[in-house]
Formats: sequence, C-alpha cells, structure tokens
Amino acid sequence: MNLFRTLRLSGSIGLILVIFWLAVALAGPALAPHPLGEIVDYDVFLPMSSTYPMGTDYLGRDVLSRILYGARFTITIGAAAAIFAGILGTALGIFAAVSSRMVDETLSRFMDALSAIPGKILALVMIAALGSSVALLIMIIGVSYTPGCYRIARSLAVNLNQMDFVQVARARGEGRFYLARVEIFPNMIHPMLTDVGLRFVWAVLLLSSLSFIGLGMQPPDADLGSLVRENISGLAEGAPAVLMPAVAIALLTIGVNLLIDSLRGQAKTATGEV
Amino acid sequence: MSEHIKVSGLKVTAPTGDNDEVTIVDDVAFAIPRGEVLALIGESGSGKTTIALSLMGYARGGCRISSGSIRVGDTEVLSLDRSGLRDLRGRRVSYVAQSAAASFNPSKTIMAQVTEAVLIHGVASRKEAEIRAVELFRALSLPEPESIGSRYPHQVSGGQLQRLMAAMALITEPELVIFDEPTTALDVTTQIDVLLAFKRVIRERGITAVYVSHDLAVVAQMADHILVLNQGKVRELGKTAQVLKQPEDSYTQTLISAITPCRRDTGNEATTEQPLLEIRNLVAGYGRSDKNGMPAMPILKDVNLTILRGRTLGVIGESGSGKSTLARVVAGLLPAARGEVLLDGEPLPGTLAGRSKDQFRRIQIVFQNADTALNPSHSVAQVLGRPLTFYHGLKGNERERRIGAMLDLVKLPATVAGRRCGELSGGQKQRINLARALAADPELILCDEVTSALDTVVGAAILDLLVELRRELGVSYMFISHDISTVRSLCDDILVLYAGRGVEAGSRDTFQQPPFHPYTELLIDSVPELEQGWLERSRRPVAPVPLVDGVRDLELCPFLDRCPVRIAGTCDQLAPPRVVLSDGSEILCHHSEAELLLPPRDYAMAAQR
Repeated sequence: MNLFRTLRLSGSIGLILVIFWLAVALAGPALAPHPLGEIVDYDVFLPMSSTYPMGTDYLGRDVLSRILYGARFTITIGAAAAIFAGILGTALGIFAAVSSRMVDETLSRFMDALSAIPGKILALVMIAALGSSVALLIMIIGVSYTPGCYRIARSLAVNLNQMDFVQVARARGEGRFYLARVEIFPNMIHPMLTDVGLRFVWAVLLLSSLSFIGLGMQPPDADLGSLVRENISGLAEGAPAVLMPAVAIALLTIGVNLLIDSLRGQAKTATGEV
Repeated sequence: MSEHIKVSGLKVTAPTGDNDEVTIVDDVAFAIPRGEVLALIGESGSGKTTIALSLMGYARGGCRISSGSIRVGDTEVLSLDRSGLRDLRGRRVSYVAQSAAASFNPSKTIMAQVTEAVLIHGVASRKEAEIRAVELFRALSLPEPESIGSRYPHQVSGGQLQRLMAAMALITEPELVIFDEPTTALDVTTQIDVLLAFKRVIRERGITAVYVSHDLAVVAQMADHILVLNQGKVRELGKTAQVLKQPEDSYTQTLISAITPCRRDTGNEATTEQPLLEIRNLVAGYGRSDKNGMPAMPILKDVNLTILRGRTLGVIGESGSGKSTLARVVAGLLPAARGEVLLDGEPLPGTLAGRSKDQFRRIQIVFQNADTALNPSHSVAQVLGRPLTFYHGLKGNERERRIGAMLDLVKLPATVAGRRCGELSGGQKQRINLARALAADPELILCDEVTSALDTVVGAAILDLLVELRRELGVSYMFISHDISTVRSLCDDILVLYAGRGVEAGSRDTFQQPPFHPYTELLIDSVPELEQGWLERSRRPVAPVPLVDGVRDLELCPFLDRCPVRIAGTCDQLAPPRVVLSDGSEILCHHSEAELLLPPRDYAMAAQR
C-alpha cells in the first residue's frame, strides 16, 4: 500500500471509491439479492427498509440489485469507450506529429471539425442512424472523445519530436514508425493514462445522459443513467429508486476524479525531468 | 574593518521521505568585511547557490536551514519572522540571478521593475527612485541611461538585461548583494562588458557582495576572498591571490589545473591529407524559401570548410552564429538551401530520406545536453544496442559483448548497462552519449558543445577521452564550441563563425598569436585569464562602437556593426575580400596583415590615412 500512503487525503478517498466501484463492477451481479428483472413486491417506490435496502422501483423491482447490475454496464462501457478514445487519439496524435506538415494539418483540422460538434449531438445523430447496442455505444462515445485525446497526444508528441534524442535517432536514419513507437510513445504513456482516466469520467456522464434520454441501454438492461430515467416519476415522492442511481453516478465520477487529480499532482512533484 | 556578514555553522538539509535527511550544506562558516567581495566557487551540486540563498533566510523548496547562524550587520537572519524577512529581502540583502531574461516580467517596463523594490519597501518616492535608477544605469554603462527605463525587457540585449538586473538589486542600497552566476549564460564578448560594469559599480559604491560562480577566472577578477566548496563542505577559504597562487587544498588544485589551458596532443602526423568532409558555399536557414531558394531566415551564409580524415575541426562562434545549424545540415536534419556537402568527395544528399544507411552510419552527431539527448525511458543497453543492431545487425550475445566494449571504450563500468539514463550523473550521461555515436563505427562525429553543460573537471575528462578515442579509432571530429581555449587545446584546424559566415579559418598554430581577424581578436581578448587584474588591463574600446545605419547588404562584412577598427567608406560599402595571411590562415577582412598586427587604436588610424 505504498501508493496509498503517499497520496493526499482527497486522493485516498478517491482511491477507496475507485476500488469500491471496481469491486461492484466485478462482483455486483453475484452479490445482488435478486435477479435483474424480477418483480419482488407489488408496492412501487417503496422507501428504504431492511428487506429492500434501497427500496423498490416503478415496477416493484429491488433497486439495490438494479444498481449492482447497472453499475457494471456503466463502468464497462465508460472504461471501454475511454480506452478506445485513448488508443485511437494517441495513435493518430503520434502519427500526425511524425508525419509531414500536410498530413498533420489535414488530420488536425478534421479533429477540430469533429470536436466542434457537441458530443451529445454527435452521439444522438449516430444512435439515430445506427441504433443502440453496447458495442455501438462504446464506439460512439469513444469517437466523440477521440479529438480531445488526439489533441493532447499530438501536442505531447510534437514536443517530444523536437527533443534531442529523437533528433539523434532521426540522424541515425531511423524510420517514422520506429521513432513513434520506441522514442516518442514510451515518454507519453503516463500523461495519456491520466487523460484516459479523466475521459472515463466524461464517458460515464455522457453514457448516463444518453441513457437518461432513452438512447443508451435499452430495457430490460439498465445502466445507472437509465435507472434514473425509469424512476423519474418517483422524484416527487422522494423515492430512493431515483436518488440512489444518481448518487451512484456522482460517487463514481467524483472518486475517479479525486484519484486522477492527486496522481497528476504527484507526477508533477515527483519527476523533475520529462 | 569590522565583519559585516558573519556566517557560522550553517547546515542546510533536505528530507528524503523515510524520516531521513540529506545534508546539502554542512558546517559552513565565513565572514565578509564591509565593502569586500567573497566568491563562492564549486561545481554544480556543491551547495554554492544554497548558501547564497540562505543569506536571505531562504531555502529552496524541499530544503531547510537546520542549524547555524547568519548575521547581516546586527541582525540574526535565521531568527527573523515572516515580516522581518520581508524587510530584509530586496532591501538589505538583494539578489542578481543567473538568467536575467527569465527574471524580468516581459509585460512591464524596465523602469517599473527596477524601481519596484524601492516602492514596495517605501524607501523613497517614485520620483526619487527613478532618479536613483538612472544614476545606476549610468554607473553600469548602459546605453541611453535616461530613456532605457521606458523600454520593455525584450527590447534590450542579454548583457544589458543582466546589468539592469544588477541595477534592480542595487537600487535599495542594500548591505549585501548576491550575484548568482550572473554572466554564465552570456557570450564571452558580452561577459567582459558586464564584468567591467559590475566591477566598477562594486568599487565605486563600496558594495559588500557574495559572488557565486563556477568559473575561477571570472572570480579572480571580481573577488577579494574565495571560498572553495565541494559537496557542501568548505575546502578552502582565503584571499584571492593566495587561493589562486598557492592553493593549499588538493581539490582547489584540481580545479585550477582543469582550467589551465593545456595543448592536447592531437597526433595528426599519422593521418592523410585526404578530405573527409568538404562544404562549399553552404547557405541554410529556416522558414519558407523565396524564388531564389534563399530561406526566409538565413542562418548560414556562404560557409566553406574542409575536414581531413583523422583530424579535428573546431568551429567557434557566439550564440546565434550558426554553429549548431552547421552540424544539423551535415547530419541531414536541415536541408541546405544552396551549396554542397561532400563526404569523401561524393555529394551528400541534403535530406534524410535521400541518404543511404551507410552515409548515416559514417556521420554521427553528439548533442550538447546529454539530459535531453538520451531517451529517459530507455536503459543504457537499449541506447547503445540500437545503433549496433541498426547498422551492424548485431543480436544476442554478440550485441551484449559490443555494448560492454563500448562502455569500456568510454571508461564506464559494464554494470551501468542495465540502468536507466536518468539515473546517471552528467558526465556519465555525456559518455553514454558519445558511446552511442561510437557504436555506429563512424568516420566523422559532430560534437555540438559537448562539454558546455558539464563542470570544468568533468568536461576536461571528456576532452581527454575524445583525444584518446581519436588516436585509437582514427575518427574525425567537427568540434563545435563557444569556448576558444577548449577549441585551441583540442583541434587541428579552427573555423571562426560570425553571423553565419566564416570570418577566419586556419590551423591552430595560427590562433596562438596575431594577426587575427578583428572578431577573433575580440573573442580571444575576452576570455578571462586566471590572473587578478586582467579585467582592468584588458584592452577594450573605451566607448561602444556606434551602429551603422541603413539597410545592410548580405555581402558586407558581418562584423561591421561591432568592429572597433572598421574603415568608414570601405567596410560599409564593399564586400570584404578573403585574404590568405602569411601564416596560412584565411580571413574575411579589408585590413592588410600589417594593419592587423598593430594594437587596435593604431591601425584604425593607419586605415584612416
């Protein structure tokens, strides 16, 4: 637990939350007291009780079970989308940095155009055109975060490309692929990983809002965003069925954010050099 | 004279985490009488800046002054609280940093920044402060002292900015001024002006100062006492004359012998007269080219040179003269706009894409800064192994063996192979940097300021290594440097670059005594000697040379603006001829050999007649 000791308080809180959510994503369905779609009570929007720790939803299903299942969807899709964006953005960013000016300009302007379209609108259009499935959601969310990753990766790679060690390799006669893979890429892994971490948070929020407007996970499956939507009518009664998924989203995103932020601060103080 | 500044038992430590501490400065004690200058000298990491900063009661982030006493006048600095320190800093003790360019705010005028300390401390009114500032500008021989304050930092030169920073420190009439390597970042020809200005103002105003430097020759000019530091401990403390003439400590003796110019045996007898690299009428630069093929910002303008097989060419010039650009063109990193580069008589393609693997192998480049020239995420074995695999196809055990041999060649233990480059010291990194070039089995190594970032002793060891490698392997070097004494000690032939043109070229013997090109002369005269009083004796033009107005033709002498002996009506009208002098060196100048042998003021007269 060396990492834990060196973190600041906020970072430690973040780390605990992240570990908690990872455990939920891995073991959630096994821990759930009831199967995903089972209607357990005829009373809808029940308050918290010892039988149903988070009450029941609009159909009388167990909310705790629904959240345990839903968190897995949210976390898997969010992580997959963030990693997708990270890999695609990094690859294209390095490619642009070591390529000719023409290629770099074309790719960068294309990414600018892509990022000029708001992520939600882009996702809406793509879902409307292609439909909604887990694979598609991952791809759509991934693509809408690729320009951001690309921009960071490219600026890192352009700086590294000017470093003397890359110049030496170039003067040695190395090809572009070698420069990108061996000289440039290893030096940008750490900043790109933190970037992917932050993008995971945004991916979760985007997925939740897509699901909230009914374009994300389709029933009977539900991620945390769809849980909020299906139970929105319970809001007036103050039902835990609508509050708990929202709290879950908040805890997940805040936790990851706290952890990544403190890691970034740490990286800054720990490494004096590039 | 009473002891104005008294430091005793000073200890600065830095915690390392596990309740442990590293001692950065250990039990340092010294005293400075009023109106005298103490120099702190040592290599990087010796604690000299740490001591200087502690005089202001300041320890850098992560460090802490753990014990000792620092008295400035009657004040014990270490017992001051926050507001006490605020009164002390900038008012009673002030600081001149190494990089003035980084210390000025680019968006405020110079006057606003110079007078800031006075206004903050409420020492005087704004009007009074500005009068004082102008007096200081005059005392520091800055041009246009009345109006220079209304300029912004980017509108003055580096040397002027350094003097303005001194004005900023002196304006509150402090009891102690700390000069922290104030001329290290400057060219020698600029350094001498700054030193003269500092020296004058220190003497006239009777300033008590601490002068931090790694350069003994500079310190010899500035200081009354010298404190030699090594790894945070005092090695020797004494009067300047005594420390320089009769150093008692073995470490001081090493320092002095490392900078005493030695002529390294270049062993050039055994080599042939066959040119390895030839450059003809080279023009290169940055930015878009116009329709004549001239780049928007030409850096090299008509450079010619020849490097014979097994010999070393020294390329010398100040920052911005195009030295590094020259290396980049030869390495293929920057295509030439005009002219040709011949390797063994065959034209070398200008772009990387046009060169063959064998051409790449034969020319290797070693950069100045080993910190940035070695990939921090690679191990030493990876760094050295790559050229072996890339050029010679070595793999497995054979590769391991060659890596060991390469490390042996640069005198590093084989155990460093498994370490990351970031874990090595500066000198070790530079050796790896060199070993990587050698691993290619090259014929020409371009050394771009390879010793400039190193401490004197470490740098001298690298130079010895270069000489030895040449004897063993028969490689040629293009040795780029701003330091004429290094170049003279190592190189067979020397090329002096000024503003992208070669102004003088010849064998190293021709650089021992005049005649020189006026710029070479200025360069040689500006290198401080390890001798007290050299600064006062150095023959410098009394008044700065006025600039030449009007649009400049590219063909005219590049040194025209700064030449103390230019001939009105000739130098600013006609392109200078290339003249071969009787000692075999070639210069770009209107003056005759006889004129160049006269002391500067006399031959300016001779030319007028």
